[in-house]
Amino acid sequence: MSSSEIRTSKLEELRVVHQSLPRQDAEEKIAGSTRYAGDFSLPGMLHARLVRSPLPSARIVRRDASPARSVPGVVAVLFGEDVPNNDIWVDVPGQTTEVAALKASMQVLATERVRFHGEPIALVVAENEDCLAEACQEVDVEFEDLPGVFDPGRALEAGAPRVHDGSNLLAEWNIDQGDIDAAFARADVVVEGDYETQLVDHAYLEPECGVAWLDDTGVINIRVATQVIEHYRDVARILGVPESQVRVIGPYVGGGFGGKKDMTVEPYLGVAVARTRRPVRMAWTRAESLTARAKRHRMHMRYRSAASADGTLLAHDVDITTDAGAYAYLSALVLLYAAVHASGPYRTEALRLRSRTVYTNNTPASAMRGFGGMQVVFGYESQMDRLAQALGMKPEEIRKRNALSRGDELPVGQRIDTEVLLAETIDAVIERAGPRPAPSGPGTAAGRGMASNLQSYGRLVWLNDAASAWLGFELDGSLTVRCGVPDVGGGQVASLGQIASEILGTDPGLVTVHFGDSARTPLAGTTTATRQLLMSGNAVHDAAVAVREGIIRAVADETGQDPESLSISAEGVVGIDATVPIKEALAICRRRDVPIEALATFHGPKGGEVGRELRSDRIFPDFTFGTHLADVEVDLDTGQVRILRYVASHDVGRAINPQSVEGQIAGGAVQGLGFALLEEVVLQDGVNTTGGFFQYLIPTATDVPDIETVILESGEGMGPFGARGIGEPPIGPPAAAIASAIEDAVGARPTVLPFTPERVLACIREGARSTTP
Amino acid sequence: VLEGRGVPVTNTITLAMTVNGRPVSASGGDHFTLLRWLRDVLGVLDPKYGCGEGACGACTVLVDGDAVSSCLVLAAQAEGADIRTASGLTEADGRLNALQQSFLDHGAAQCGFCTPGMLMAATELLQPPGDLDRETIRAALHGNLCRCTGYDAIVSAIEAVARGGR
Repeated sequence: MSSSEIRTSKLEELRVVHQSLPRQDAEEKIAGSTRYAGDFSLPGMLHARLVRSPLPSARIVRRDASPARSVPGVVAVLFGEDVPNNDIWVDVPGQTTEVAALKASMQVLATERVRFHGEPIALVVAENEDCLAEACQEVDVEFEDLPGVFDPGRALEAGAPRVHDGSNLLAEWNIDQGDIDAAFARADVVVEGDYETQLVDHAYLEPECGVAWLDDTGVINIRVATQVIEHYRDVARILGVPESQVRVIGPYVGGGFGGKKDMTVEPYLGVAVARTRRPVRMAWTRAESLTARAKRHRMHMRYRSAASADGTLLAHDVDITTDAGAYAYLSALVLLYAAVHASGPYRTEALRLRSRTVYTNNTPASAMRGFGGMQVVFGYESQMDRLAQALGMKPEEIRKRNALSRGDELPVGQRIDTEVLLAETIDAVIERAGPRPAPSGPGTAAGRGMASNLQSYGRLVWLNDAASAWLGFELDGSLTVRCGVPDVGGGQVASLGQIASEILGTDPGLVTVHFGDSARTPLAGTTTATRQLLMSGNAVHDAAVAVREGIIRAVADETGQDPESLSISAEGVVGIDATVPIKEALAICRRRDVPIEALATFHGPKGGEVGRELRSDRIFPDFTFGTHLADVEVDLDTGQVRILRYVASHDVGRAINPQSVEGQIAGGAVQGLGFALLEEVVLQDGVNTTGGFFQYLIPTATDVPDIETVILESGEGMGPFGARGIGEPPIGPPAAAIASAIEDAVGARPTVLPFTPERVLACIREGARSTTP
Repeated sequence: VLEGRGVPVTNTITLAMTVNGRPVSASGGDHFTLLRWLRDVLGVLDPKYGCGEGACGACTVLVDGDAVSSCLVLAAQAEGADIRTASGLTEADGRLNALQQSFLDHGAAQCGFCTPGMLMAATELLQPPGDLDRETIRAALHGNLCRCTGYDAIVSAIEAVARGGR
């Protein structure tokens, strides 16, 4: 059995929260009865598909729909001109010009110019999948090849082909904290490193899909696999209809990881339904998903780092370039995350950071688990190891010496105002891992590596984040929760039920949570940024507390007892002498006009918007900290890396459902191991050559070991019951931990991801050279 | 789903098979894969499309006891076969069977999209029942991708059933 343990401090008395209750959603999924977005159909439903650009950079010379329209069964062939508002605009924050905030746009359907391989050009709607496929072949598009720019390192050179009308520079962020020159001048050691991360796909098992229809009130309903039901507003804008006339329903999602944060099928379903007034289904193939949906950014980092002889980290001088691909999406924000997280979970006296994201004709990049905060772990943790080596310190020593703790300030200016157990996570993984690994035989080498990280949870504070939830008792004592949270499989919905059950004493089996419907559940924002437990968790918490207080007050007034002496449990309202059953308590409330339901909105911490020169005393609500340790064995002949042992520890504040927390840590670690060793979206001059799961390799059960977890609970998070978010944090450390373990084994560190056998062989040769006298 | 208004699928075929213990005879395109037949013709929705080329295992079903990727098999090849899918594991009264219950107890489903295929791969592995070590279980699952769990919980769920417990 894989093992996990939980170490707790400051635990209040809890009955339901903190239990590994089986999740209601898991039960129906295992029974095979969950209706995902693609498992839904309506009478008379049409099928839609996109015709996409085969070229990464071209002018559209001619488009002819007539051959496609003549295919029997074709209902519509639509181009950009058929879309009421064909431009999707996004804000690019912080990059303020003199007139207004910078905005960037992309077309729903490209009309004159395509900028990446897979860009949508035409939308075909047909009676069934077969004639749809035939018609898509018949859409006639003539291109004129244009020069493209594919190397982000060259995108800003004079004479580089321009992706859009302006410069290829999309956004930049700078941080200048402390006296960088003085810090380097008094350093005892200075180390330099150059690191590259690759383009990565989310590779969830459920490709993008949805079904949409016009209902009898004239509202366009879109039932779609999404992390953001609030895209109904964007669809309304595209269609030129009031936002109140578009509804998005988000059923359980077959994996998100950021890939279903931006719109996927929604605008096309909206356009197709508005045009045909019939139900329409759109399901992307795996090839479409792998080729055309936005990915995780390639990142090039250069670090120069300084420390004093006692191991005190003095400064980082950092330069970061990311490849935004052909359109803006969320690249500016991803880069901002990279900048803020770039010095890691350590006190850093001085930081000079320059960063930029540039347009290329590559597949666009946007949100993916870790959102810029994960790539930089590879940079700063490699630097920490190099400093430790230069100083003759152990990796754990230098990390613990510089570990952030309450009261310390990040270089951007935000103070850590909660207790964090970073040093404890370092001790935990070492203690758990035990003796160092030994090679299994000749021709192999074994090594150990570790990496720590911090990752924000909750959105950037100047986005004024909020989440609402409604909760009410039914007359029989069962409980209904309504919350617009999308559930991507992390237990987002189930944890809300657990929280409500904890506070109101209701048996978890009597709590029903309705979720993910922009028309019927109060809006709770996006299931991204590791924010839902913080946001919707607190909203449900607050609604439940409001209902509890009302009921207790009503019973106290009715029975003449001190409200302080009453509590609520599965049996009812419990007093010193007697218990009022819950149904009776609810009847008392009705007689006394005390509501037995409540709507609560939780507002995240506030802060002002930042400029290009990053400085803020609060930029994120809070952070989650952790450390991973990997033991590997390297085959010295082939460069193959086998992971012998993997231990992960995070301070999660409070585990609302420990089994769900273990699942997030194990799953995040394994995604991170795929990032470290296997995964890469390969583009050859902008053309994607990894359009299937036989080309784009994610870890299988045989590629990874058991993930041992040690969950630490400081009780200090900003979520309900002191919880911190744990969705994104575990994906940060693996690549750096594996790099460190490879170096420990063979004597040289890989600096380009993923660590393929070829790259590891190069490390083996380099390591052999450096140890040969 | 199968045919829109006035546009019948050409070249239809009628096939009889047994799905989750129920004999079913129906008509659909002669080029339909077993996955499409199950989903679009028969309305059996728990096998999932994940890749369409046999790389991910989300469409795994048992055909006469053997786990196959139903996206790679023509429906016509399964004529007369005994097909079992994950929803067919559930007992008549709606209770989960021992393997499903073990998946639930171990937290082996997160997003759940790979789960029906995983359950069928595991069902094949557990025939005949016997003690299995984790390495054997991992090897048996190598054709079934999961992006959420990291596989630990799935392996533990199967291991527990193989040991005759939970």
